[in-house]
Amino acid sequence: MAVVNMRAKYKVNTKTPGVPGVLKMTDEKFTFNPNDPRTSAKLDVGFRSIKGHKFSKEGSKLALLNLTLEEGGYIFEFDNFSDRNTCRDFVAKVLGKLQTVSSGKEDAKVVSEKPVPLFDEQLSTAEMERRMKLLQEDSELQKLHKQFVMSGVLTEAEFWATRKKLLNSEASRSSKQRVGFKSTMLADVRPLTDGRTNKVTFSLTPEIIHQIFAEKPAVHQAFLKFVPNKMTEKNFWTKYCRAEYLHRTKNSLAAAAEAAEDEELAVFLKHDDILASEARRKIRRVDPTLDMAADVGDDYLHLPDHGILRDGIKESNDAEHEHYKRTLSQDLNRHAAVVLEGRTLDVELGDTRTVAEALARSKQGELSAEASDDNASWRQSERVSRMTEIEDLQGPRGLPIASLCIKDPRDYFDSQQANALRALGDAGGGPKAANCDLSPEKAFESLSQQILKLKAVGLDDPIVKPEVSLKVMNTLAQPSGDKFFLGKDSQDEVLDRLPHGTREELLHHWKSIEELLRHFWSSYPITTAYLYAKVDRLKDALSKTYPKLEALRDSMQSDYRNQVGLLVRPMLQAVDAALAHAESEKRSTKTGARPNGLS
Amino acid sequence: MASAAPTKLYADDVSLVVVLIDTNPFFWTTSEKNSSSLSFADFISHVLPFLNAIMLLNQLNQVVLIATGVNSCEYIYDSSLPHQQSADGKMPAFYSEILTKLEQFVSKDQRLAKNDSSLTMSSLLSGSLSLALCYIQKIFRAGPLHPQPRILCLQGSPDGPEQYVGIMNAIFSAQRSMIPIDSCVLGTQNSAFLQQASHITGGIYQKPAYPDGLFQYLSAVFATDLQSRSFLRLPKPPGVDFRASCFCHKKTIDMGYICSVCLSIFCKHHKKCSTCGSNFNQSQQDASSTLDHKRKTPEA
Repeated sequence: MAVVNMRAKYKVNTKTPGVPGVLKMTDEKFTFNPNDPRTSAKLDVGFRSIKGHKFSKEGSKLALLNLTLEEGGYIFEFDNFSDRNTCRDFVAKVLGKLQTVSSGKEDAKVVSEKPVPLFDEQLSTAEMERRMKLLQEDSELQKLHKQFVMSGVLTEAEFWATRKKLLNSEASRSSKQRVGFKSTMLADVRPLTDGRTNKVTFSLTPEIIHQIFAEKPAVHQAFLKFVPNKMTEKNFWTKYCRAEYLHRTKNSLAAAAEAAEDEELAVFLKHDDILASEARRKIRRVDPTLDMAADVGDDYLHLPDHGILRDGIKESNDAEHEHYKRTLSQDLNRHAAVVLEGRTLDVELGDTRTVAEALARSKQGELSAEASDDNASWRQSERVSRMTEIEDLQGPRGLPIASLCIKDPRDYFDSQQANALRALGDAGGGPKAANCDLSPEKAFESLSQQILKLKAVGLDDPIVKPEVSLKVMNTLAQPSGDKFFLGKDSQDEVLDRLPHGTREELLHHWKSIEELLRHFWSSYPITTAYLYAKVDRLKDALSKTYPKLEALRDSMQSDYRNQVGLLVRPMLQAVDAALAHAESEKRSTKTGARPNGLS
Repeated sequence: MASAAPTKLYADDVSLVVVLIDTNPFFWTTSEKNSSSLSFADFISHVLPFLNAIMLLNQLNQVVLIATGVNSCEYIYDSSLPHQQSADGKMPAFYSEILTKLEQFVSKDQRLAKNDSSLTMSSLLSGSLSLALCYIQKIFRAGPLHPQPRILCLQGSPDGPEQYVGIMNAIFSAQRSMIPIDSCVLGTQNSAFLQQASHITGGIYQKPAYPDGLFQYLSAVFATDLQSRSFLRLPKPPGVDFRASCFCHKKTIDMGYICSVCLSIFCKHHKKCSTCGSNFNQSQQDASSTLDHKRKTPEA
């Protein structure tokens, strides 16, 4: 039996400082003994009552582990994360095992001759966590889980077997996404002045350095070139910060002066040639079929509060120092490009040198890929030719079509007529029968007569008669009673009209019956003793739904009972069908067994 | 009269209502004998005030009346045209004009019947629907400003199955131009055509339970403009029967075989399509792929 002993602090909630002591965990329970025996914080709790566990993220302030009960829980703080992780993994294992065992035990009661103990399935912690997470997120699922797995109708493995897809999607979702660059600009590298001296401090983190490399290839290049042959890394960054500072103060004169003195510094201050050439390369690769007018409507710079207002006063116009200025829009565009490109490095951030090299390698790779991509240019030219094609100059694009030949359209129309006439006959063709003994002359005559009468006498007055009017009002105003209103989407309305509780209950019954039936039908054909036992179990559970549904229906008030009855009927029918199938299967196996027994 | 002055601005509550009235003599003669249903005279007495009411609702509203006969269809009345004012005291001028036109139409319809030996008993709904759609298209093309059109079918006689294709085409063309087809069925049975028409085009289908309260049904359900409809709780249609009938035995089926070339429907597998002559049995695989087994269920 595994035991874990760990120094920890027990906390009632995360705010309190906590009681220091020793946490001891075994397979069955965990105990907490405070260092100070006088305090009342002594714990002795069985894992059976623990519903789950939560823990603080690695790298966060405190190493916490929270063992949750139905409500509330026990929070322990550990000295460090490795201690916490040991406990966490242990708890996860114990909880996972408990869950399968609890359902497994029930199993064992029902099926004595079970061949393979399925509950012995070894689950990884990650798998367990995924399941827990799904259950936590989906209360519906949790309810079903509780109802069937806890009560032993289904085993844990059976329950999840039908939800592999859910688990897999969860797994794939959690693993794939990588953190990209922050969308904030590098303005974060703010110089800190301490007011007293003239010293300016910049603080650079590996994260920031990576971003600088990505956004400013010249700096990246320079870093690879100078460090550590020509200068130390510290010197390099000092120079860089100096250059940044000059930029920040917008002192292009000073920048020019400094650059003249120090050629390394000049690298940072001048326009980035690499960037420029990259931009040219991109421009060459721009798809010529791109419709620039397409998003002209998206231009919202003319709207107030959009765009950047610059008064132009501060921007002195000295052309000779033009090199040493960077405009805000250049910075913005570059930053946007880098963020959109995303982070392609798989290297752990930390050592600046390796990051720089990895970045250089990936750049190289991209370039060579682009160069070798002849296909792309071919595709591009093909697209251009397609887009700029002039229709008049193209030959006819004749597709080999066989024309549709309809022998005699009357075949179709006549058939429809005959069919409809029959339908009318079925519907009690009273008027039709009367029609037939009418000669057209007589019919037309009587119609003209009526029109003449109208002309002579005038219209019926009044047209709205009180007694009829009331009846019409009633049919129009009481839609629920009218047969015209039991249309296609009346089902949803019925559900909406029911009291909330009943509605939830009905939906839950549907869900649980569906779950049971899914397992039931998937067990056929029964080939093993295990499946036989499973079907037996499911049959019991299904037959238990009858009284529940009936109780639900009978508990309703009279005006809802009918509607609930209508909704319940298909559920009962589905259960009936399953049970009937089970019966007939049993009978057929019996009759099939008899001749065997005789021979 | 709301004549088409070019400067007028149409709000979204201005309607153009094209009313199709059924003048099937067979239907109206039998219905006259039946005490529970309306006579044609009663029917017209209910419809004319309704037309008047629509024109009262908005000065710019426009009404077009089309008669659906058994041999022909015709425009009876168009409120946008200039009319001579000759009120005789007994009824408004346009009532008597409509009655005179109707009388002429019926006698013309009768003359056509004499010439044509193959007499049909059903009204030419497809024809009047096409007339209505043509009129609306003319309005659409007259300029960017036009009233909101809709079609109201006041149908008594049973569906004419021989018009199935024509009516379906009209329905789809109405759907494409977003013209709702409302239908008010006065006969004893529901009209499958009009049920589908209203369902597809988003119109209202109504079969009044008390035909003698027709005016009330018309004014309560069909008078409001399309904009106001969204605020009203209008009657919902009962289920629509979308089932098709097979070409070979004319049975209404809910599952069958469809020719992949001409979309003819059959209740069982054929070697050759009887409508277009396509051969289904080129090879075993072809046979299974060209014939799709599709299911259509009635929605009721």
